[in-house]
Amino acid sequence: MNDMRLPPSILPLELENVSFVHRGQVLLDRISLRLEGHGKTLIMGPNGAGKSLLMRLCHGLLKPTGGRIRWSGHANGKAPRQAMVFQRPVLLRRSALANLTYALAAGGTPRSRRKLLAWEALEHFGLTAIAHRPARVLSGGEQQRLALARAWLLKPEVLFLDEPTSALDPAAIKAVEDAVADFHRQGTRIVMSSHDLNQARRLADEVVFLYGGRLIEHSPAEVFFSQPQTAQARAFIDGELVW
Amino acid sequence: MSATDNAFQTALTLVLGVDPALMGIVALSLQVSLTAVLIASLLALPLGAALALWAFPGRGMIVVLLNALMGLPPVVAGLMVYLLLSRAGPLGQWGLLFTPSAMVVAQVVLVLPIIAALTRQQIEELWGEYREQLSSFGIARWRAIPTLLRDARFGLITVILAGFGRASAEVGAVLIVGGNIDGITRVMTTAIALETNKGNLPLALGLGIVLLLLVAVVNGAAYVVGETARRRLG
Repeated sequence: MNDMRLPPSILPLELENVSFVHRGQVLLDRISLRLEGHGKTLIMGPNGAGKSLLMRLCHGLLKPTGGRIRWSGHANGKAPRQAMVFQRPVLLRRSALANLTYALAAGGTPRSRRKLLAWEALEHFGLTAIAHRPARVLSGGEQQRLALARAWLLKPEVLFLDEPTSALDPAAIKAVEDAVADFHRQGTRIVMSSHDLNQARRLADEVVFLYGGRLIEHSPAEVFFSQPQTAQARAFIDGELVW
Repeated sequence: MSATDNAFQTALTLVLGVDPALMGIVALSLQVSLTAVLIASLLALPLGAALALWAFPGRGMIVVLLNALMGLPPVVAGLMVYLLLSRAGPLGQWGLLFTPSAMVVAQVVLVLPIIAALTRQQIEELWGEYREQLSSFGIARWRAIPTLLRDARFGLITVILAGFGRASAEVGAVLIVGGNIDGITRVMTTAIALETNKGNLPLALGLGIVLLLLVAVVNGAAYVVGETARRRLG
């Protein structure tokens, strides 16, 4: 669609002893993590392990109560262009098209170019038929595709996806996974959480495994799935309930 | 009974015949209440939005106060404004007492808490939903206000209509600060009270019919706005 050449990496993203404490409860405990390259990182772990929280901290929606988060690929450590797709997409009370032009406006795209770019994105994600429908009456799958189209328009260097498929049917899940592949081809660094093992096997280049607010494993996908280093990860992969 | 029947017929004649005395009263009522709602909205919409978006010391108190003032008895509001504007009062030298301006002030006092409190509720709810997404776009809190007001517009129109309903229907406040002076500060509600006391039922009933119609129109508008919102925005 655009430039096929991979841009220089904006990473690494470095987390140094990042903790998050809320009302005396330690939700994330001294996470140190370095994300770089162009791959797709899957953040895995049981419910409540801190996957969503970790991504919100990386994306800058929340501030860690301890430790440091640093984008070192950019001069003066400024965060790169990034976008986030949530588990339940948050769409404005406007038409699908207006949701896209709004995001463009927020990103500083001049008014004259917004409509055209928005239509291109609708086409790319197969949403032209619903362009003028109110976004909030669309089906779950359509809403998530619209959220992806919106993220697409922001041309993010890093895209965070927080369990984007957990409420969707198989066809819609396929559409989301295809979109993730598209982003990746464009050179966008993917950081996605999931507790779906099959999905993780399909998508992951590397896996970050969280358990009880701690990072207990960070390894290439093939290593994680074939030789997990910890008992908890082994149990998780074998489909046992881990608490 | 026949006296009432007669009065009702005469009232209809007055309304349908666009009686000038009656229309003068209706026009003044609309002028006062619309002005009051306009001023109250200009103050209360940003106030409500600010209360929804920012936590600051004393915020809780203001919210409770606004909620309590939603039920402020109109006569008390009238009394407060009367004390403020009377010759000996702090704003006495403005000479506003017993003018339409005083009535506007009294109705602003009545309507502002309603619009501010309900606006806060609506905006707070919407902000709870939009907050993460808008921060993800890099939109700062104060820049979110136009978006929130726009996306809550149908709810806010209903809020403003509720304010107008309160303003146009109350009698206590405008009676005290306006004085019900014929041709100057006589509005529908004060005229109805007076004419009923005098036994001039046709005029009282005629005004009553107009007031009822007005309330019906306002409620109809609120309904249409709500339905449109449901259909268009989901």
